[in-house]
Amino acid sequence: MSSEAGVSVEFDHVVKAFGSVQVLHGVSFALAPGRVYGLLGENGAGKSTLMKILAGYESLTSGVLRVNGAPQVFTNSRDAEALGIVLIHQEFNLAEDLSVAQNIFLGHEKKRGWLLDDAAMEREAAAALAQVGLQVDPTTKVRRLIVAEKQLVEIAKAVARRARLLIMDEPTATLTPGETERLFKLIAQLRADGVTIVYISHKLDEVERVTDEVIVMRDGRFVARSLTSDITRHQMANLMVGRELSDLYPPRDLVVAAAAPAMTVRNFTVPGWAQDASFEVRPGEILGFAGLVGAGRTELFEGLLGLRPASGSVEMLGKKVPGGGGWRNPRDAAKHGLTYLSEDRKGKGLHVNLGLRQNLTLMALERYAHPWLNPAAERGALVEAVKDYGIRTGSLDVKASSLSGGNQQKLALAKVLQPHPKVVVLDEPTRGVDVGAKRDIYFLIQRLAREGLAVIVVSSELMELIGLCHRVAVMRAGRIVTTLDAIHLTEEELIAHATGTVQEHA
Amino acid sequence: MPPEQSKNTPEAPHRAEAKPRWAERLRALGPVLGLVLLCIVGTALNGDFATVDNAMNVLTRTAFIGIIAVGMCFVIISGGIDLSVGSMAALIAGSVIMFINWAAPATGSPLLAVIMGAVLAVALGAVFGLAHGLLITKGRIEPFIVTLGTLGIFRAYLTYFADGGALTLDNDLSDLYAPVYYASLAGIPIPVWVFVIVAIIGGVILNRTAYGRYVQAIGSNEQVARYAAVDVDGVKILTYVLLGVCVGIATLLYVPRLGSASPTTGILWELEAIAAVIVGGTALKGGAGSITGTVIGAILLSVISNILNLTSVISVYLNAAVQGFVIIIVAVLQRGRR
Repeated sequence: MSSEAGVSVEFDHVVKAFGSVQVLHGVSFALAPGRVYGLLGENGAGKSTLMKILAGYESLTSGVLRVNGAPQVFTNSRDAEALGIVLIHQEFNLAEDLSVAQNIFLGHEKKRGWLLDDAAMEREAAAALAQVGLQVDPTTKVRRLIVAEKQLVEIAKAVARRARLLIMDEPTATLTPGETERLFKLIAQLRADGVTIVYISHKLDEVERVTDEVIVMRDGRFVARSLTSDITRHQMANLMVGRELSDLYPPRDLVVAAAAPAMTVRNFTVPGWAQDASFEVRPGEILGFAGLVGAGRTELFEGLLGLRPASGSVEMLGKKVPGGGGWRNPRDAAKHGLTYLSEDRKGKGLHVNLGLRQNLTLMALERYAHPWLNPAAERGALVEAVKDYGIRTGSLDVKASSLSGGNQQKLALAKVLQPHPKVVVLDEPTRGVDVGAKRDIYFLIQRLAREGLAVIVVSSELMELIGLCHRVAVMRAGRIVTTLDAIHLTEEELIAHATGTVQEHA
Repeated sequence: MPPEQSKNTPEAPHRAEAKPRWAERLRALGPVLGLVLLCIVGTALNGDFATVDNAMNVLTRTAFIGIIAVGMCFVIISGGIDLSVGSMAALIAGSVIMFINWAAPATGSPLLAVIMGAVLAVALGAVFGLAHGLLITKGRIEPFIVTLGTLGIFRAYLTYFADGGALTLDNDLSDLYAPVYYASLAGIPIPVWVFVIVAIIGGVILNRTAYGRYVQAIGSNEQVARYAAVDVDGVKILTYVLLGVCVGIATLLYVPRLGSASPTTGILWELEAIAAVIVGGTALKGGAGSITGTVIGAILLSVISNILNLTSVISVYLNAAVQGFVIIIVAVLQRGRR
């Protein structure tokens, strides 16, 4: 497979464009063997794309990638693996119906003659599993593992392939503190063996602990690198955002505490995802929802919208929703004043193949149909939305897919606000958008709250919740464990609640 | 207060848009160009091709498939498919014939019987379409499977009712009903008028109503539409009902042509209707399509079979093969469209 020496990598003016949208603008930096690098950047900064290029999942548009001094053009991930470069995906790439051992050797099966050598594969898989500290039988079907175990199988897969350069994308997002500790020990051990590690994480305390050096990217560009010991977490965050963090968020307005809640949710349960959730949100308030991946935040709101079976009591503007659950379907919810912007913009949020106008008016079409649709009125609404929401587009007659991520998100926001909701749920409203658009969206959200809308923001970016919200509800394993006032909230405190490691004060 | 424009945001480039839109327009013109080309070939091969009589003949024959294709267009744009339309047409034809034969003596008014028969055709189509729609949405079964099943069911019931032979309209009733197919208004045969009206109504519904927009939104991405508070199930059910109604209308025009229905009635109509929609530029994956294109596609297909009839370049027995080739070639051309 590969020599036991470490792998050195050099990016030389790497450019990547998807169609008309350029996501990497000439990135240059080098990685030395046997070191642990923290790769920092906000969502949409281009970290993942750059790492996919390194691991052979994406090709570069221009520029050069050198591995051990020689220029390389990987056509697929096998080419990269041949040089010992392995990427552990944030989303799992496991075949659910195959066993752990079969997954670990998928595409690299050991054979004896024409037949598979299952015994040897299971033996080696067991060794790799022991190394990452996962105690399951290698013949277990992956389907039966929980998310954290799947993450560890992914890592074991890389270990079994004798990776010399390992890219870990948010590896601890689903791990418990104990599992995280074990992962850190494994990283130290791999590093001692001369393996180069690229560690991508939003959790700056972890980055501070395990990395030798940090590299910061922003908006598809290399921004800075520094020895981890020479930089504070605050400096890291400022480099990622590109300005003092405090400038990114609008000043917080006070909420009229006496105002009656716009929406009250009591003992709401979405079987398998959320248990006994109770919260309320007032007009003019921005309520955050924090939690780890899989904590049940998205599913809780999908339950409210009738996209999942659910039970509980919901009151909207003092009126109880009939039926002892959420609304019957998103249409019903929208009619009664609740709209939802999905975290999955391309899959659930926006018709990227349709025009801007068709996207904008979809949720409020009855306003433009009497009974014949009035394209002129729709166009008028689009002109207004483009101005109001700061959507930057060359022409009004393009497909939504031709907008940049940030502008698509603004369009999606404008769309869910078209039916004039009383409560709007924004799930990961700034995922995959650049810093400038992020700031625009934060100011937009604040404006909506000022206009009397109750806004719920579900986000994995803790800084965003702290900077933007009035209160933050923290979910862990399907339950709302606490609701915190955001004014004096710290990231550490939020993480502690989300992971269940909060120190009880006497 | 519009959000402040921040300076460090790179402008997303938008230059590459002019070209694809031009290409899209060309693609929309493709079926028209194909039709013009075919007409030139047809005229060159046989002098009888470019006559008014032949043109009316072609359009009248197009009417059945064309009307069904208008309904099929809605189903395909919404991301569905209906393989049963040929069998459905056969069963509706048989049922209508049996009904009229029974109702004429029972009511004592042959005219009333024929009118009731025509209404029954449309109603049956709507009911069959509703059954499809409910099975597909509420039953959560793939449209391919549901309509493959009913394809067999409908035709088997017709064969059973006809006892393996043919169901035939009584002679005097047949004469009474005949003008619906054979008569003309202002020199244009009735079926062509109906085809034009159905196509115009279909075009208006698809392009100028909220319902039409929902159909396109669902076909483009069903999840997005669901999250955007569109009543996805209701809209989908209605596409199948609309298609059923179209099949009913096509059948009530078809019955007086031969005055009978047999197990071979409507064979391969599904192929022709789906081919017309696809040739007309509608994406088989759904989302985008047009009624105009579908109408042109339907005419194009019947011009092909007309040319095969008039000339001996390719055997007329290969008609369905030619249609099959056309549908595959167009699908190849559609590749990479999304």
